[in-house]
Amino acid sequence: MSRRPIERHESALGHVSGRAIYTDEQHAPSGMLSVWPVQSPHAHARILRVDARRARGMPGVHAVLTAADIPGENDTGPIVHDEPLIAADHVQFHGQAVAWVVADDEALAMAAAATVEVDYEALPVCLNIADAIACASFHLPPARVERGEVEASLSSAVHRLRGELDIGGQDHFYLETQASWAQIDSEGLVQVTSSTQHPTETQVIVARVLGLPSNRVVCRSLRMGGGFGGKETQANPYAAVAALAAHVTRRPVRIKLSRGIDMQMTGKRHPFFARYEVGFDDHGMLEAMKIALFADGGWSIDLSPPVLMRAMVHVDNAYYCPNIEIEGLIAKTNLPSNTAFRGFGGPQGMLVGEEIIDRIARHLGLAPEIVRERNFYSEGGSPARNITPYGQTIRDNPIPELWQQLKSSSDFDARRVAIATFNASHAHAKRGIAITPVKFGISFNKVEYNQAGALVHIYTDGSVQLNHGGTEMGQGLHSKMLAVASRTLGISVDHIQIMVTSTDKVPNTSATAASSGSDLNGHAVKAACETLLSRLASVAAERLECSAEEIVFADDQVHDSNSPGRKLDFAEVVQAAYSARVSLSATGYYRTPGLSWNPNTGKGQPFYYFACGAAVSEVEVCGYTGVHRLMRVDILHDVGDSLIEAIDRGQIEGGFVQGLGWLTCEELRWSDAGKLLTDAPSTYKIPTNGEVPEDFRVDLFKRRQAPEAQVIFGSKAVGEPPLMLAMSVREALREAVAAFGNAREVALASPATPESIFNAIESVRARESRMRSMNDQVVPS
Amino acid sequence: MTNPAFRLNGKPISLAGDDPGESLLRWLNRHGSHGTKEGCADGDCGACTVAMIGSDVEGSRRFRAVNSCLLPIGSVSGRDIVTVEYLADGDSLHPVQQAMVECSGSQCGYCTPGFVMSLFAGYSNGELDDHTTEGNLCRCTGYLPIRRVTERLRSGKPAPGRLESMLDSAGPAASESVGARFFNPAELATAIELKQRYPQAQWIAGATDLGVELSHGKRRDAIFIALDRIDQLKGIVIDDDTVTIGAGVPLSVVESELGAKIPALCEMLRWFAARQIKNRATFGGNLGTASPIGDLLPILLAFDGTIHLHGPRGERVVAANDFFIDYRETARSDDELIVAVRLPLSTHRNATYKVAKRQSDDISIVAAVFAMSVDSERRVEHVRLAFGGVAAKPLRALSTEAYLLGRELDQATLERAAEMLGEEFNPMSDHRASADYRRALCANLFARFVAEHFA
Repeated sequence: MSRRPIERHESALGHVSGRAIYTDEQHAPSGMLSVWPVQSPHAHARILRVDARRARGMPGVHAVLTAADIPGENDTGPIVHDEPLIAADHVQFHGQAVAWVVADDEALAMAAAATVEVDYEALPVCLNIADAIACASFHLPPARVERGEVEASLSSAVHRLRGELDIGGQDHFYLETQASWAQIDSEGLVQVTSSTQHPTETQVIVARVLGLPSNRVVCRSLRMGGGFGGKETQANPYAAVAALAAHVTRRPVRIKLSRGIDMQMTGKRHPFFARYEVGFDDHGMLEAMKIALFADGGWSIDLSPPVLMRAMVHVDNAYYCPNIEIEGLIAKTNLPSNTAFRGFGGPQGMLVGEEIIDRIARHLGLAPEIVRERNFYSEGGSPARNITPYGQTIRDNPIPELWQQLKSSSDFDARRVAIATFNASHAHAKRGIAITPVKFGISFNKVEYNQAGALVHIYTDGSVQLNHGGTEMGQGLHSKMLAVASRTLGISVDHIQIMVTSTDKVPNTSATAASSGSDLNGHAVKAACETLLSRLASVAAERLECSAEEIVFADDQVHDSNSPGRKLDFAEVVQAAYSARVSLSATGYYRTPGLSWNPNTGKGQPFYYFACGAAVSEVEVCGYTGVHRLMRVDILHDVGDSLIEAIDRGQIEGGFVQGLGWLTCEELRWSDAGKLLTDAPSTYKIPTNGEVPEDFRVDLFKRRQAPEAQVIFGSKAVGEPPLMLAMSVREALREAVAAFGNAREVALASPATPESIFNAIESVRARESRMRSMNDQVVPS
Repeated sequence: MTNPAFRLNGKPISLAGDDPGESLLRWLNRHGSHGTKEGCADGDCGACTVAMIGSDVEGSRRFRAVNSCLLPIGSVSGRDIVTVEYLADGDSLHPVQQAMVECSGSQCGYCTPGFVMSLFAGYSNGELDDHTTEGNLCRCTGYLPIRRVTERLRSGKPAPGRLESMLDSAGPAASESVGARFFNPAELATAIELKQRYPQAQWIAGATDLGVELSHGKRRDAIFIALDRIDQLKGIVIDDDTVTIGAGVPLSVVESELGAKIPALCEMLRWFAARQIKNRATFGGNLGTASPIGDLLPILLAFDGTIHLHGPRGERVVAANDFFIDYRETARSDDELIVAVRLPLSTHRNATYKVAKRQSDDISIVAAVFAMSVDSERRVEHVRLAFGGVAAKPLRALSTEAYLLGRELDQATLERAAEMLGEEFNPMSDHRASADYRRALCANLFARFVAEHFA
């Protein structure tokens, strides 16, 4: 163990003092140019003519880039090559770039862009999932996950319900917009610094666009001002524009999107539409589900197939359903290409599952939490009840125990009674409480992404440089990697320098995504450190006259476990190793064991383990306006043995509030022409501290047994799962709405804006008054 | 023309030759000062927050958090600005920064300097609560650590030091103009004269609306006459039955000075905007831009307020009800200046309601201000039902008011009034809400008002 364990974010001092540097804040090389796009005013059109003569003639303008300037492939698609960097013949969404002006500064580039004349022939537009279904506009053939006899079970079920659910998208609203710098170095290599979660892919796509082999491009990622999935693939086009501009002008080029352009051009969390049919018994036990999920992919494929698949394998959340059929389709629409966003489809899938559970509960007049817990996967009883629709057995399932702990610590039952009393005495304000679980699969569905590398150098003074393939976007990955290196090497973090992520240090990396950053890179860092330790141990053993197996590295020192009195300084051993011509540099590599996935059958073991938690939320809703107040939140979440507790708590709290925004106040609206109307924080409302309740309690679940999965120092992934804890707010809102009238069904739109809640209240009130008048007719007066 | 300058972190900096319409944020970044971040350039995210020394009504100096993206450097001339880089003294962190580190108040860190500056101003003024950082968006932390920081700082007191001593050494902001097109007059008469000399010039007050356009590169060539250093616009006078508020008083000052006196105004100001905006925005500006969703305008309508104008032809007073003509069009002629608003202290029951997609710091879907009295038999003696967000201009529900006047406030009357309110306006559907929801709110907010005040 190090003397001073790392307790908080490694850049905290830089953050609070304004000294932490982000991509667009580096010292500018001389002659640096800026770019500005020429954007399409149509969501779908044929490009007839682009005339940039005026712009090209303006002083200070160095180039106007069009598709014709691209020396390599005009494509930035990460999976399928369907994504032109600069539109050549067609524009496929409102705001798409048909040209980029390169000029001395941004104001000049913007002014010149306004002079570029483009003639379009407008084409019919498809702007949402309903449009896409109507004209059968889909990106790929349907995907399926299925088990059992769905049709037969549905028809034999005692109860059967059908329904539909629309789920809104979400803008990432990372505080730092997309940014990249590019320049050609002394050897003609393209050096890119990008605010990217996936430097390797950025490197590959820059190389593809410029027609270069990958070894001619280096991509570095400094700290990002937030990512949340929005910089997993969608940093690539802007890095490619900067690189193309640098290639054409032979000058350094910077790009940092304005907030408006960022929101207009980049993809978001996929809006979803679901159709479902469910069969269940009198106790609310699931017997069969048939679900069709439609994800709004936008104009290109981007990451939509894996996003959709994650939604499909998370519909079940924590619930066992013996017979299930899930079909998934990606709508092709004239919108920006929707992409990864914290949860990666999982939240949308789980929201559909929770909607179904709530329908069942209200239909039967049961408390929703009772139906939830009855349907949990469980390790006792029939073994089949612990297997997911895609065939993976759930191990280490903490949910039943965690659920009971949270119900008790949050005083759930007593509060439910108190709420009923409150509601009985308030006609125009109703409260609701709900508890919901989260079971989130950890690992990339695509097996090959589950690998990572690290590179560790020790210098002769004993100081260490730590490189790994993951990127830092605020989640504290670098801090955790410092903790892993420090714990493994037995030296203080003060002696370890974390390096910016760079493709020339660790090649062929995976995106920092899928909550996997610490799991994958942590093992790779540990492996590199252990390689170095084994070399150093031999050197130390010689000096301490013991066997290498008996050497202990701790507290910046090295000793023989049999005689702890005699100690060598770590630096002394390092110097001795150098003198003995022992290598002080090592790579580390890791691949997650035991994974398999067949996308054609929808079967396999895609997840190494599941990250779980649960939350209780209580709300009060105003019957006059539909405005709600979130009054209290209780969370119990399983992070295993936390590497850095403050960081894990930050992920839980921040993830919850981001989910709260998605489900309540964040609403994307488009004009009939496909123009984004909510392209600024004045119109697109992410939560402020005013939306966060005073009473917010977070606890970390203490498990009784060690998990089976060999996770890094026993810690579990925490990046995405807490976002879905916010489903408890949606369900609490539904509970409060139900108290206004006949509650056998509460249709609540998502996001649950004041207007959506108001409409839901009106509909339960209307159902109540219909019931009353029916009863009046039946009962003779 | 004297040499315009400002003090940045205690150092005098010349603004000679600079474009006065450029935002302070752009200016800082262009000069290599990157601690102050651009998150939106719209005045909504707070990442660009800096502290500016300003005066309260008594004239004592204090640090105020402002959005540097909305502050044209023409307005900065002669003022003192402190940015995040100056808070730490060498390696010794300011207590605000120390608390942010210890409470894990940063994750990605991009919004952090803005939070630090909002908290710094609050700490320095002894005004620390959730509203201190309401104008700062954070996408990572969920705000809980920020709340812990705020709580921790509340027990601390700013120690006298180089930052506090800046308050003593700061002089009144001089009236230097920046270039030949950004005038900073100190006298009302000078402002009126300048407008006659440059009829095309644009009045600019706190620049919280116009600043958005400037920030996006629009209207950069305009001539500006800034009104934020004219003392005659900065008074608040409280009589027995009226309050007169200078058109140039920052709304945060209005809020703190008049909170107890006019709760309905205070309630609206609480939801009006974030602290950084209220530190710059004024009554004059809100009335001058006359946005149909300007939240202060229904207050003037419901309280029978008056608007006091000053121009080359002297002073005149316009009743609020006559002031708004059409979309962003008012009874003020172009060469006139709003100098004050006067609000009778209402003896009627009154209340303010604002419904938005997000309850804090958002633009209204509907804003409503009601004032009403009934006699001993519950007959309506006086009624004003004023709304924002329902038409091209703020409006009173005159038909419903006429219906209610003299009627007994019984169930049938209320039902009919609600029906009438639902039909009185023809609001539009937009990205904030549908017309139907807006109509329903008109009726329901009145029902809520009656339930809360006339039960």
